[in-house]
Amino acid sequence: MLALILQGCFVVVGVALVLNLYAAIRGPSVVDRLLALDTMYINSIALLLLYGIYLGTSLNFEVALLIAMLGFVSTVAVCKFLLRGDIIE
Amino acid sequence: MLSLKNWWPTPVRSLFLFLVWLLLNNSVALIHLFFGLLLAWLIPLLIHKFRLIQPGIKKPGVALGYGLMVLGDIIVANLQVIRLVLGPNKKLRPAFVMVPLDLTDNLAITILASTVSLTPGTVSADVLPLNAEGAEQRFLLLHVLDLADEAQLIEQVKLRYEAPLKEIF
Amino acid sequence: MSMIEWLVALLAVAGSLFVLMGSVALVKLPDFYTRLHGPTKATTLGLGALVLSSMAYFNFVKGELSLQQLLIALFLFITAPITAHMLIKAALHLKLDSAEQTSGQQKADL
Repeated sequence: MLALILQGCFVVVGVALVLNLYAAIRGPSVVDRLLALDTMYINSIALLLLYGIYLGTSLNFEVALLIAMLGFVSTVAVCKFLLRGDIIE
Repeated sequence: MLSLKNWWPTPVRSLFLFLVWLLLNNSVALIHLFFGLLLAWLIPLLIHKFRLIQPGIKKPGVALGYGLMVLGDIIVANLQVIRLVLGPNKKLRPAFVMVPLDLTDNLAITILASTVSLTPGTVSADVLPLNAEGAEQRFLLLHVLDLADEAQLIEQVKLRYEAPLKEIF
Repeated sequence: MSMIEWLVALLAVAGSLFVLMGSVALVKLPDFYTRLHGPTKATTLGLGALVLSSMAYFNFVKGELSLQQLLIALFLFITAPITAHMLIKAALHLKLDSAEQTSGQQKADL
């Protein structure tokens, strides 16, 4: 039963990821795309957490943590580039 | 000359680092305890000279209550935002609002901006002017998803979030 | 299914729905500034619920002590407002148009 519910959750998060992809393609501005990509990072963490429960393994968490850190740093780096035209001043 | 203060500058930060290290390894084996203690002592010591001195928390009790209140507000705010998102776009009344700040310390303003971003249908956009010197009044620029009454929103931010922060720092 | 398993399922479903709502907001709302509200709030809370669900599963159903997920939640709750702040600053810098019903637009030009 739990496995079935979790499969339903996979579908829901998958739909969310597709919506993000649509938003990233549609734009219209760079910042819109950046926001969509950042949301995609977070949604993939959600998917990994659900997959961890589904398989009953805690190996995924380190991957999730790495994605969280890389997503944050890359988003902030691109924002700084848009603001200043340079990342490290 | 070589007092405890020099060799162990920030006890609270060390404890926090130690706990995070244990969480990261997800174990309390002896080797992780030992290495965690070593890192928790060494890292604050090495970066101590580069640290900007931040004001300490004066009232831990108020700070804890503030954290819990913010957690509760996050849930309420989310239900509100979802209702607004599912409603028709035409009924939204987005707005930019300036909130005058009484806080002067940068760390306190950062925490205020973060909580405002996480809570009630608002995202903090900017602090004006950015440098504290020469400006007697600073403002926080907010973007609001659905604004009913500007004065009421400003009062809510000031009373609910800014007043406890002024007590804490 | 035991009570704990129902709790895990409930939190997982709630979390996924919150995440979905964040993405719906991203697609549906009219301009960048309003779109930003969905991902910063709904998605963060959704991930918080998923983390709680995962913690409940590993600690009570599987019976192994596992608090590592707490780090993910902590990290996201700290970084989400910062990301939002940087994004909206970049948007203001690029002078993106806001929806026409937005009031107080002139304040954003300062």
